[in-house]
Amino acid sequence: MRTTAVVIGAGHSGLAVSRRLTERSIDHVVIERGEVAHSWRTERWDSLRLLTPNWLTNLPGLRYRGAQPDGYMRAAELATHLGEYAGTIDAPVHSRTTVEQVRAGPGGYEVVTDRGRWQCAAVVIASGPCNTAQVPPAAASLPPGVAVRTALDYRSPEGLDDGGVLVVGASATGVQLAEEIHRSGRPVTLAVGEHVRMPRTYRGRDIFWWTDATAVLDERYDELDDVVRARRLPSPQLIGTSDRRSIDINHLAGESITIVGRLGRITGDVAQFSGSLTNTCALADLKMNRLLDRLDAWAQRTDADVDPPERFQPTHVPKSLLEVDLRRSGISTVLFATGFRPDYPWLDLPVLDRRSRIVHDGGVITGAPGCYVVGLNVLRRRRSSYISGAERDSADIARLLHHHLDGASRSTPRTRRPTTRCTQRAGLP
Amino acid sequence: MTITDKPVDNGVNTEALLGARNALTEQPAAAEFTWRATCSWVHGTHSTSTVDGFAGLGQEMNHRTTYRFEVDHPECFASQDLGATPVEYVLVGLAGCLTAGVAAVAQHREVQLRSVTATIEGHMNVLGILGADTDVRNGFDGVRVRFDIDADAPRADIEAIVAQSQKRSAVFDIVTNPTDVVVEVA
Repeated sequence: MRTTAVVIGAGHSGLAVSRRLTERSIDHVVIERGEVAHSWRTERWDSLRLLTPNWLTNLPGLRYRGAQPDGYMRAAELATHLGEYAGTIDAPVHSRTTVEQVRAGPGGYEVVTDRGRWQCAAVVIASGPCNTAQVPPAAASLPPGVAVRTALDYRSPEGLDDGGVLVVGASATGVQLAEEIHRSGRPVTLAVGEHVRMPRTYRGRDIFWWTDATAVLDERYDELDDVVRARRLPSPQLIGTSDRRSIDINHLAGESITIVGRLGRITGDVAQFSGSLTNTCALADLKMNRLLDRLDAWAQRTDADVDPPERFQPTHVPKSLLEVDLRRSGISTVLFATGFRPDYPWLDLPVLDRRSRIVHDGGVITGAPGCYVVGLNVLRRRRSSYISGAERDSADIARLLHHHLDGASRSTPRTRRPTTRCTQRAGLP
Repeated sequence: MTITDKPVDNGVNTEALLGARNALTEQPAAAEFTWRATCSWVHGTHSTSTVDGFAGLGQEMNHRTTYRFEVDHPECFASQDLGATPVEYVLVGLAGCLTAGVAAVAQHREVQLRSVTATIEGHMNVLGILGADTDVRNGFDGVRVRFDIDADAPRADIEAIVAQSQKRSAVFDIVTNPTDVVVEVA
């Protein structure tokens, strides 16, 4: 079968791109292994809510019109929302179709699926950044008898054995799961490595109201000092509750969750933790305060209608345990909230770096003209990491794809040398 | 606040470091370094260590001279006190690493340093090394570092420089995280 473009994945990014391609009358299909919003529907824990408020959940041609603009959508609600969106935009989705291979083909590329092959001139990879859970090598040394879980397979505390739980990772996922599991009566120890501390609200407004209004969210990937680092940052410590409360290490310690440093080695029954916890927390506090300084400066310049400035309690770190005997402490489960990574076993093009990540320049895949990727952290802007980023990123990618098609019809595209750093400043049209 | 046209100079060539960082990212094999020391027992608890050659950037290299270190224990340990103790060398290593980091970060952030002094203390209960109490570890049960810094910057910026120095310090990592050590007999 032939089409001009194949979009892989019908999540919010893939659907947004589809809408933009339709706007440009570019013939395309969207291949989806499950149903629309499959990952949101099947690979998230029960209580998950978006980090961003609902008024920021806009997609091309769709403004949030629900009753709670300042609320935080549940994963299932988002999945339903996206299902309706796919219908509204009449996205050409081929559901329950699994991509088996993407390779070079006549006219550009060939996408082989379990329901047939597509020849196309362009491919947009929208399979998302969370295909597999990242688990540190230490996990291999866990003693038998301790259950190992990840944020991908966890659904609720009821699905865990009784007994204590060691949660590894203090990202948004880590702090949320640590809290809900501890509240279920299972004592939690939380291993804290590098993390991003952020208040839910600041001077009366949601933190995302600020990062949106100040255009922090619109900082471009090619303007950042260290885009590689920015892309690897853990998600900020936020939770989406109706009382808009903050969640941070101080809060968790206040609930009697045991705070320890980054997980190091596991030997026999003993897990070791870093002695650098004090510095790790100091760095997170410093980073948060730098952001708040920036927000205050903007508020002053623009005479913004917000409450007076405030600063938050520094993270208080009592002398923390450097090792825990898992068995003696009654820890029966270790839950890894140590991040996710994308996985492209079906991608048969020379576009991956030595860590199996796609090498790209703002979503334009290096070394494969006509191939694009969307839906990754800080793909083109800080906003790209959130649903809100799909609106602008999809417009940019569709425009670049369109230009590529026009150019390809006139001349052979110039091939580019693959690099392992995404720091090229492309002269983007 | 001094207003000056003089560029900040803490003596750290951050351009060279950034260049090295970029170059080595492209050539990861060249980033593999092996540091070495050779230790010869003298008498009692006294030994002499020398540091001379190291490997990195795909080749063997030498320091411009051989460095010698006398290592011993103090008289209250029934020794001769002909050198600093091994644990004091660790404190020297940590302080030196963090101080170098402060200078590098300050240079990168264009903060002029006037003076930097780090006082470092490692606390230890010697019942551990004497084998008298299995609940007491051999090593330090805590390390405190105090930085006294005179620089052209607000306190918050200086604190941030010190925090960043720890983040990128080799010895801080070695001391605060588990490190694989293999000891064999020829």
